[in-house]
Amino acid sequence: MASRKHTLIVLVEDHPGVLNRVMSLFRQRGFNADSVAVGHAETPGVSRMTFVVDGDDKQVEQMTKQLYKLLEVLKVTDITGENTIQRELALIKIAASDRTRADIMRVVTDIYRGRFVDATHDSLTIEVTGPTDKIESLLAMIRPYGIKEVARTGAVAMSRGASGSGLTLLRDQVA
Amino acid sequence: MVATGKLEEPAAAALTRTEPVSAAERPMTGARVLCHALQRERVDTIFGYPGGVVIPLYDVLPEFDIHHVLVRHEQGAGHAADGYARATGKVGVCLATSGPGATNLVTPIATAMLDSIPLVAITGQVSQGVIGSDAFQEIDITGITLPITKHNFLVRSVQDIGPTIQKAFHLASSGRPGPVLVDIPKDVLLATGDLGAPAKLDLPGYKPTYTPHRRQIRLAAQEIRNSRKPVILAGHGILISQAEEELKALAEKAQIPVGLTLLGIGGFPQSHPLCLGMVGMHGFSHANRAIHEADLVIGVGMRFDDRVTGRLSEFAPNARIVHIDIDPAEIGKNVPTAVPVVGDAKQALGLLVAELDEQRHEAWLADIADWRRIPPYRAKTDDTTLLPQFVIERLHDLTDGKALVTTDVGQHQMWTAQFYKFDEPNQWISSGGLGTMGFGVPSALGAALGRPDQMIWAIVGDGGVQMTLFEFATLVQEQANVKVCIINNGYLGMVRQWQQLFHDRNYSETYISQPDFVMLATAYNMPARKVVSKDEVDDAINWAQSFYGPALINFVVGEEANVYPMIPSGGSFSDLIEEGD
Repeated sequence: MASRKHTLIVLVEDHPGVLNRVMSLFRQRGFNADSVAVGHAETPGVSRMTFVVDGDDKQVEQMTKQLYKLLEVLKVTDITGENTIQRELALIKIAASDRTRADIMRVVTDIYRGRFVDATHDSLTIEVTGPTDKIESLLAMIRPYGIKEVARTGAVAMSRGASGSGLTLLRDQVA
Repeated sequence: MVATGKLEEPAAAALTRTEPVSAAERPMTGARVLCHALQRERVDTIFGYPGGVVIPLYDVLPEFDIHHVLVRHEQGAGHAADGYARATGKVGVCLATSGPGATNLVTPIATAMLDSIPLVAITGQVSQGVIGSDAFQEIDITGITLPITKHNFLVRSVQDIGPTIQKAFHLASSGRPGPVLVDIPKDVLLATGDLGAPAKLDLPGYKPTYTPHRRQIRLAAQEIRNSRKPVILAGHGILISQAEEELKALAEKAQIPVGLTLLGIGGFPQSHPLCLGMVGMHGFSHANRAIHEADLVIGVGMRFDDRVTGRLSEFAPNARIVHIDIDPAEIGKNVPTAVPVVGDAKQALGLLVAELDEQRHEAWLADIADWRRIPPYRAKTDDTTLLPQFVIERLHDLTDGKALVTTDVGQHQMWTAQFYKFDEPNQWISSGGLGTMGFGVPSALGAALGRPDQMIWAIVGDGGVQMTLFEFATLVQEQANVKVCIINNGYLGMVRQWQQLFHDRNYSETYISQPDFVMLATAYNMPARKVVSKDEVDDAINWAQSFYGPALINFVVGEEANVYPMIPSGGSFSDLIEEGD
């Protein structure tokens, strides 16, 4: 079976130690996560974790099932595929001189729709949002100028269309 | 460390104690709340060991009708609680202090995790004010036990004790059972609060599926109808869900032979004509051959562990797989499954029986009967050496096959599985998944406390018994009806066997010296005998059975007996080694 990137949305109860439990499971079972992003979901008391993982369908199915065994895990959805909005935010500090500044600004703003958030006479700091491959592509483009620092959030993702996370439905079933 | 506070003058303290305090006037401390919570779960026996932070709990324990069994090491407490659970079907409870007390529970908790045993482990923790400061006897036991518990809790307030204990017992005993650890800081044990009413449990992320999907049952039934060579592989789940009758009904109605995993032993009577006996690494040749030739394998309450399957690519090469298990994560984990059935074994098998008409597999059963005529490995009867298999067979016969048996891990464990023909459920207590040496004696202690009506035989090796023989003291203290039966070959026999077969007889560090076991048992006030020849065996077993209470028999057996048949680790049926190969 072919290995590919999967995006897993994991909704968990927002308790102390839950992130630790989830990551411990990944470590214990040898699952590999490219990125993890965690934040609040639409329902109070629920956190939303977005994992980008590498694996074949069988491995991802096993990940999903093992995640469900954790008490605090409420819902796991594999939203890999076309019909997904995926975004990541990156802050990038680039070495910039009077000679290169204009070029960098053109690449960042015209092509990648980035924003400048800080500048000194020998650096530029940009903020860029987009799918992971766009961030990767931008980094490749500006690497020759000299990247001084990169901070990335990891991807968050959501399905297109009207349907929600399914959490409300889940809660109703439980109540 | 003792919690510091304003110290009273001894004389003044004595004065304040003139009137005995009535139960109603005693402050409802966290320690008392915990005991009430345990009683609400109908706990009558706990296995534990005191220490600094749990003194408040031990202070109030005598007020409650809970029998505390003082072990000699926390590992003993954990395995005893496990043995108690396996012998009674109830939740086993063990108790330890913080730090080393808690870490000594790690092996028993892992043992219970791998074998799906309902266990609640309660540990004391340092006071919340010093958590995280590397205080004396502080250890992050919830962190340590994360991968070896079904769930664990750190209780942060006295009001949480009642609901947490309720959740812990529910989680330990429902769905696929497992160990749950509850860590309680000392200040929580000392604070005052109340138990609270039993709550409706709010566990939105925990909903085990008991009733299987009807469609999956129909598909499974269709697989059985289409099959000419079906085999059922029955595991521990049969015993956990008490599905023995349903399994028998299915096997008989559809005429399907039943192989047993190590922990499935007892789930189907070995005297039944459809029983193949144990499968896997040391399973019977005809049982493994049946799987190898089968066109359908129906796994029930088992997990296609590597000791059952050997090399996965060659496991049951001609078979489609129907897998019934309450844990969906087990289905499809190791073998590709044609029909997954998530649910309780008892319900699933009951529904399958109802769905199916009678089936016949005469040709298939005749084939298996042919293979079975090749007798399973039997010890050669020579008169000079006492053979371990002979001891187990005599033990079976002289106990009418009715004893409750615990084992350690190794050769004696496999011989017991092969030669003690268990017919009844819950007679067989052994560490399967983790393979924990030292399990036999303390688990027998727990089984004896849970089933005082029963005689418990702890069949152990001379290696494993030396790991936990300090619990002889507890056997004597409790007058537990445990007969310790040492199959003594002077070696770590299973490792020695592997060294012999796969490492050119390089017996590196597997010869292990030993004390005079009879003298040692006598020092503990435990009656003991040594047996060196065949004609002493019956007499010794009958002697041990002639009284209630602990006893030890040291059976000195031949040094180089091996467990056969054997499929080497990572091998398949075609690699099977019979005796003398």
